[in-house]
Amino acid sequence: MAISEKDVKHVAWLARLALTDEEVQKFTQQLDVILEHAGKIAELDVENVPPTSHAIPIRNVFREDEVGVCLAPEEALLNAPKKENQSFVVPRIV
Amino acid sequence: MELYQMTIHELHEKLVAKEISAKEITESVFSRIDKVEDKVKAYLLITRDTAFEQAKDIDEKIAAGEKISPLAGIPAAIKDVMCTRGVRTTCGSKILENYVPVYTSTAVENLLREGIVMTGKTNMDEFAMGSSNENSRFFPTHNPWDLERVPGGSSGGSAAAVAADEAIFSLGSDTGGSIRQPAALCGVVGMKPTYGLVSRYGLIAFASSLDQIGPFTKDVTDCAIVLNYLIGHDPMDSTSVKIDKPDYTKALVGDLKGIRIGVPKELMAEGIDSQVKSVVENAIRILAENGALVAETSLPNLAYALSAYYIIAPAEASSNLARFDGVRYGYRVPDAEDLMDMYMRTRAEGFGDEVKRRIMLGTYALSAGYYEAYYGRAQKVRTLIINDFNRAFDEFDVLVSPTSPTTAFKIGERIADPLQMYLSDICTIPVNLAGIPGISVPCGMVDGLPVGLQIIGKSLGEEMVLRVAYNFEQLFGWKEKPNL
Repeated sequence: MAISEKDVKHVAWLARLALTDEEVQKFTQQLDVILEHAGKIAELDVENVPPTSHAIPIRNVFREDEVGVCLAPEEALLNAPKKENQSFVVPRIV
Repeated sequence: MELYQMTIHELHEKLVAKEISAKEITESVFSRIDKVEDKVKAYLLITRDTAFEQAKDIDEKIAAGEKISPLAGIPAAIKDVMCTRGVRTTCGSKILENYVPVYTSTAVENLLREGIVMTGKTNMDEFAMGSSNENSRFFPTHNPWDLERVPGGSSGGSAAAVAADEAIFSLGSDTGGSIRQPAALCGVVGMKPTYGLVSRYGLIAFASSLDQIGPFTKDVTDCAIVLNYLIGHDPMDSTSVKIDKPDYTKALVGDLKGIRIGVPKELMAEGIDSQVKSVVENAIRILAENGALVAETSLPNLAYALSAYYIIAPAEASSNLARFDGVRYGYRVPDAEDLMDMYMRTRAEGFGDEVKRRIMLGTYALSAGYYEAYYGRAQKVRTLIINDFNRAFDEFDVLVSPTSPTTAFKIGERIADPLQMYLSDICTIPVNLAGIPGISVPCGMVDGLPVGLQIIGKSLGEEMVLRVAYNFEQLFGWKEKPNL
């Protein structure tokens, strides 16, 4: 087994996903099959191979530091599930 | 011939000659939508009213004697992964069910500026994760060639809309094959341009180092026309490349003489349906008989592309989709006890199974203790795959393969087996990892279902890809249409 139910529960916590017990079982089984396939890359010798994060070599993209147009607060809040006084409202934190 | 059956270039000629109006084209396409959409279910949202307003604007321009763009007055459908200001954009997800963007993606803006008539937003696998459109949280799209079969995915709605003549062309996005595979399964032309050629600003992110927007069209000429206006440097996307914009229609020259075409044996190997393989071999024979120099070649690391992809893409997705937390936009559970409860249940209810699977896969691959073995190693395998392509393009102008290992499969057939579903993209995924362009063109049928030929070019080699695709299209002369 590449991944256990305990791992899946931990990963679901890290990913902020509430899973039912049935989902934990199902995903453990499915992720195990997928990870076994993905684990094929362990066969390759990658010693001294540099990693690629982007296929095109663009680095350090700068632009002029100019004041531009940005969203008005009302627009930025347009899709907020809950809002008040130009703020996003979330459940009490402290 | 009805107007809705025509191509962009045919309609443009008629518009310019004042034989028809943009309103008439729009009426024709919407009459077709009214007739077949119940069966196909390509659209998540139909924007009829604004479409007729856009058509009216173009007709006024024509009446005033203004020169119009080749895309002016052309009805086009947009995959629901691209933000459209004031027009609901769901990404096929419950978590964005009521999301109305306050800005428009650059790719769509580029086309609206040319005067397209937007018909609506098309169905897709949730967050572009899937190969069948069955992961849409709303309903599955049906393949116009056989309504019991999938249109492919994730841009299945956009492919089906063009195949069913419910739009003259459409836009999709392609992270591992999501334009090319549905194009193949629906018998239309679909292209994924070089990474960085089309701005990703306003494209809801799946895997940022792989995602690319591209067109679905009825022929290669239309593909070149749309590409002309789709591409261009965008300061809003830091991975957008700066190049002099070519006129891709100039690449459509009717000659294959001396063009070197490689056939990677890894993409013709096990897993490719034997009938699909023989249709593709016949297509390759046509290219060879008409002046192209065809030879088999080997890119050994392609055998590891699917494995590397299913680490890299979920890893990027797990990071990108962290933004859906119920705070700033989208769904939020109504009765959260505290902040953590809100996050956990909002995401559990908002996302479907495939999205959860990939978020967990990516989180796992990036987590302490596994990062090097999975993500770090996959990034190195990505380098090996790029090196294989670079070596191949020293020898060949383009590479060809089947686009999809099979024709359209039945709805429900693969949904319980995620790995089986992932194998649908075995021929298209390497192209995304390398960031290079690929097109799928119809090349025949198996049992009444279309097969696609994939043509792959080197980085920014769109012109050569289009030239080979155009020649094949002219030589093959495919005229089949689904019977709806």
